[in-house]
Amino acid sequence: MPIRPLVSYSIERVEVLSPEGVVDDSLMPGLAPEQISRLYEYMVLTRQFDDRMFKLQRQGRLGTFARVAGQEGAHVGAAFALRPDDWLVPAFRETGALILRGLPLVQLLQYWGGDERGAAFPQELRTLPVAIPVGTHMLHAVGIAWAMKQAGEQAAVLTSFGEGATSEGDFSEAMNMAAVFKVPVVFFCQNNQYAISVPYTKQTASPTVAQKALAYGMFGVQVDGNDVFAVYRVAMEALERARTGHEPTLIEALTYRVMDHTTSDDAQRYRSEEEVEPWRQRDPIERLGRYMRTKGLLDDVGAADVLARADQKVADAVAAFEAIVPPGPEEIFNHVFAEMTPQLVEQQAELMARLARRR
Amino acid sequence: MARLNIVEAIDQALSQEMQLDSKVIILGEDVGRDGGVFRVTDGLVQRFGEERVIDTPLAESGIVGMAIGMAIAGYRPVAEIQFAGFAYPAYDQLVSHASRMRNRSRGEFTVPLVVRTPYGGGIRALEHHSESMEAVFAHVPGLKVVIPADPYEAKGLLAAAVRDPDPVIFMEPARIYRAIKMEVPEETYTLPLGKARVVREGKDVTAVAWGAHVRTLRDAAQRLEAEGEADVEIIDVRTLSPFDFETVVASVKKTGRAVIVHEAPRSCGFGAEISAQIMERAVLQLRSPVIRVAGFDTVPPLAKLEDYYQPDADSVVEAIKSTLKF
Ligand SMILES: Cc1ncc(C[n+]2csc(CCOP(=O)(O)OP(=O)(O)O)c2C)c(N)n1
Ligand SMILES: [Mg+2]
Repeated sequence: MPIRPLVSYSIERVEVLSPEGVVDDSLMPGLAPEQISRLYEYMVLTRQFDDRMFKLQRQGRLGTFARVAGQEGAHVGAAFALRPDDWLVPAFRETGALILRGLPLVQLLQYWGGDERGAAFPQELRTLPVAIPVGTHMLHAVGIAWAMKQAGEQAAVLTSFGEGATSEGDFSEAMNMAAVFKVPVVFFCQNNQYAISVPYTKQTASPTVAQKALAYGMFGVQVDGNDVFAVYRVAMEALERARTGHEPTLIEALTYRVMDHTTSDDAQRYRSEEEVEPWRQRDPIERLGRYMRTKGLLDDVGAADVLARADQKVADAVAAFEAIVPPGPEEIFNHVFAEMTPQLVEQQAELMARLARRR
Repeated sequence: MARLNIVEAIDQALSQEMQLDSKVIILGEDVGRDGGVFRVTDGLVQRFGEERVIDTPLAESGIVGMAIGMAIAGYRPVAEIQFAGFAYPAYDQLVSHASRMRNRSRGEFTVPLVVRTPYGGGIRALEHHSESMEAVFAHVPGLKVVIPADPYEAKGLLAAAVRDPDPVIFMEPARIYRAIKMEVPEETYTLPLGKARVVREGKDVTAVAWGAHVRTLRDAAQRLEAEGEADVEIIDVRTLSPFDFETVVASVKKTGRAVIVHEAPRSCGFGAEISAQIMERAVLQLRSPVIRVAGFDTVPPLAKLEDYYQPDADSVVEAIKSTLKF
């Protein structure tokens, strides 16, 4: 009766673009120069938009929101691998992915400015609104993927979330169901190593997020989240496996939250500047820029031009945002059900009458 | 006596209860090093160590489910749910186990657990951060529901909740966390769970609320007094479960009128229960219908429309005047 190993697994980590901007040609995904430029432009736009949102928040013109600066390599890289007929089911720290999906910047400002109309993402973008309850939305991705498989669509669903979300029960249920039903879904975890103040090591005893896939009978892989080529490559492969073979995948994009958790947070309470600083040096946009310069795809003039065009788009969006007429109070009642209940009809009339009396 | 706000009063109560009883422990998301996102547990991990102030993984069902086990095993866990809107994953553990373990085991196993959670709107927050779910908890047999209205109340009620032998949902009105500062005794004290408080005596109408809206009632009462319109008796319910109907009913028998204020949706809100108790026990003394001033049967709106949703002193004044004119 020997004791023998029954199964053994290993987890791979994928890196393509070094911090110095040098690629491993054997791993470089097939991207045309203009695609690389577009990737860069989207990442810069995301950064400039995030920065402007922060300033607007500090001026009291936006509410609380989660910054994405430093994580563009992860979520922009993954979203770049999506096709228009794929779906994106996001959490709340994927501004760049939402922009890539075609969501107008002004709508994002509207949403984070406390106006529900900003969350009316046009259906044809196949992108669900932001999900604030952590770790709950991945199940929806599994359901959408199941329906796509039934319909025989050659498309997939990408759902994104943080490493903190992997501690919620719904994460396990989503992973299990995806693998049991063999649905075309890609679980994309931006492991930024913090869930508010809780560091990765207190979140899970698992050395990687990626290996959590193995217990469910799913493929899992870790990728350098600040390496946009590696993320794009891994996401492409996973989406293709999903579209053609209905094989789900868990991708862990290992990155770092260089910003505060949200605009309501003060990260200095729980981590040191010495810990953050090395990660600033691994900035995904600068890394891509270095590569592009060595390949002659970018120079100082070109970089300044990309920045200027991004700033112009942001400025236009802010101007459009400021021109929006605030929602009317009747809006509160209009979307609870397809048809308003008698209670809602009465309450809406009551409110409008009360406001008329006070006027 | 120091002047404290609600955040500081609860922090102090937690610290003192932990000092008095080594079985009192705290667990939740960001409660340690960060001191909680509202800073309610500020300084506690420094004072009592990571064994007693535990930063958990991000899992509400896990936090409450594990706390139930800790409580069964002799601890007095005080679990924090970061916002009431994130208590739903833990609802199963609360309803299926925390509330019933005593009954299921005929008293052999008990769950002296406190779940603290900020609740309510008025803080310009994201979706799910403004919910008022007190009725959802009060409807569960075996759960106590406690809501303080000011710093003095917060300290005494929390101490009572920690010492209580049964599970208590302690809901903290986020809107007034720092809005009210008042003298709070340094020494420990408890306030009874299950006893409402007459905040202001009056003869014309009984106004009932809890949490942040006790303040709304005070504003309304002051205005009505200044205008010479009405002398309002204000009752702070304090604990929705157990609900002290005697105090409310005695007041209504005196005034003959009742207005109930809450920001949770009107339908099936706790105001309905209070109204039913009044009807069952004081219908003959009523001089006008009981009126609820409540949130709408909608999702709490985001910042731009939030103010329309919240009951305010204006709507309370209107409601009270309408009962007087009836
Ligand atoms: C169910 C639930 N619990 C708590 C919160 C409060 N909260 C918002 S974000 C967050 C941390 C999320 O960490 P992670 O999943 O790693 O994502 P990140 O913020 O790092 O992108 C917490 C605790 C929430 N939104 N939802
Ligand atoms: Mg994280």
